[in-house]
Amino acid sequence: MKIEQKDIEYIAYLSRIELSENEKETFIHQLSDILSYIETLNRLNTETVEPLSCAINTTNVFREDMLEPSTPLKDALLNAPASQSVFFKVPKVIE
Amino acid sequence: MEYEVVIGLETHAELATVTKLFCGCSTRFGSEPNTQVCPVCLGMPGVLPVMNRKAFEYALKSAIALNCKICEFTNFDRKSYYYPDLPKNYQISQNYHNLGIDGYMDISVQGRGNRVRIHNVHLEEEAGKLIHPEEAGADYSLVDFNRAGIPLLEIVSYPDMRNVTEVESYMQTLRKILLYTEVSDCKMQEGSLRFEASISLRKKGADTLGNRVEIKNLNSMKSVLKAIDYEAKRQANSLDRGEPIDRETRLWDEVNEKSARMRSKEEAQDYRYFPEPDLLPVVIGGKWIDAVKMTMPELPLARKQRFMEVFKLSDYDTGQLVEEKILADFFEDCIKIVDRPKAFCNWITNDLLREVNERKLDIHHLPVRPKQMAALVEIIEKGTISSTIAKEVFSEMIQTGKDPQAIIEEKKLAQISDEGLIEALIVKIISGNPAVIEDYKKGKKNALTFLVGLVMKETKGKANPKMVNELLQKKIDV
Repeated sequence: MKIEQKDIEYIAYLSRIELSENEKETFIHQLSDILSYIETLNRLNTETVEPLSCAINTTNVFREDMLEPSTPLKDALLNAPASQSVFFKVPKVIE
Repeated sequence: MEYEVVIGLETHAELATVTKLFCGCSTRFGSEPNTQVCPVCLGMPGVLPVMNRKAFEYALKSAIALNCKICEFTNFDRKSYYYPDLPKNYQISQNYHNLGIDGYMDISVQGRGNRVRIHNVHLEEEAGKLIHPEEAGADYSLVDFNRAGIPLLEIVSYPDMRNVTEVESYMQTLRKILLYTEVSDCKMQEGSLRFEASISLRKKGADTLGNRVEIKNLNSMKSVLKAIDYEAKRQANSLDRGEPIDRETRLWDEVNEKSARMRSKEEAQDYRYFPEPDLLPVVIGGKWIDAVKMTMPELPLARKQRFMEVFKLSDYDTGQLVEEKILADFFEDCIKIVDRPKAFCNWITNDLLREVNERKLDIHHLPVRPKQMAALVEIIEKGTISSTIAKEVFSEMIQTGKDPQAIIEEKKLAQISDEGLIEALIVKIISGNPAVIEDYKKGKKNALTFLVGLVMKETKGKANPKMVNELLQKKIDV
């Protein structure tokens, strides 16, 4: 499968990242290579094999509905690029 | 042109767990922002979500209450999209193996039964809350992640509704089911219960569906109904002008009572759903389903029908009783003590509800207990107090939480049925009002009512009115 310029631009848009023309060129080749590599798997006949979404053969793992301590406010905001009093601060969201 | 309106609803209900879906942070409403967060619900790298058993069981219980087929094998999927209220940039939801599918809910529309099919019921996590500053020209928004990760139940109906009356009944019935099963507190003012409507129009008699428009930002049941009315008219006008309806999402503007187009929505495949690798699948066996069914309470519609049949109460009265589970429970507790269903039904639907509304009481913490309510009804039946005095006693019970007997003794409210006492009073009143007696004798019959009133006033309403009437008549007529 060949990745084209518009595919890269679309993926970049969905991921909200800006790419330079050089970067686009790089990623077109890299992604195409990855996809061709994955495509070799298609040569295998998997008709009778159930799709697997989890590598561990375990099910029904739960925790009980019990309170655990939360992170202190100042630590919670520590990694935020911007904050204001008790809030995370983000660029204006318009709907 | 005549159109048929086709309506489907998506409902989100926050589940009533103590902690979030994948971490031990509290779900308490109204705490200081960003104090109920941790690395898991803030989406820090390397953390591992672990499913809250109670949340999963609440979702399962809801799916069973909504008559869904339960998927024996379910797992969770990542729904990727970028929005500042979503810390991980994906929401853990269900897409490929929803917990429950192909269910239905029976609703009652103006006394007639109607069935709305449920497309699916699934479990997902709540997003954070965005705050838009009111100051003019502010170029930022603020985020509170206390809500992020709270377990959220999504219930998707088929587009089986045709008018707002059906939609209203659907919303109220669903709310009642969620309250009866105790999976959500359904507080709309706190955002625990939210609705989104999708609406399309088609020519009367057509069997294909038109393009549907989704309406978001509906904060109350009333705004859902208003928004549907508005949207149906808007689409009809466009179609009449020959303009096509775009598939879009619109936001309801509560203040101006109209909707506006939201910026173009990413198409479904752009969510790039894929199985959540950090969570293990859940296998739901028959035994588990049976165990949940054992905990299923009698649902509102069944309870209403039982009340009508067993207690011979009206459609309207039973409707009011089952509207709140707590009221229906209260009613049943009362009749276990004294078997007077009609009397309790009247006290609860009239007096109790009026006091609750006027005094803005919390229905879950009523100051009157069933035992006290039953005692009051017994006292009235014995004739100790009149029904007018009973209302006064009841009001006092609501204010003080005291037993009716104590209030009657304290305020000396017991009915006066002492013939000698009443007769003495009547003699006094008759001699004090010769003109009124004259009127009565001339044929002015309502003069008697006036005199009865005077006796009642003299006894502060405590004289047995029937006795007063009879004795008064006897005295004057001689």
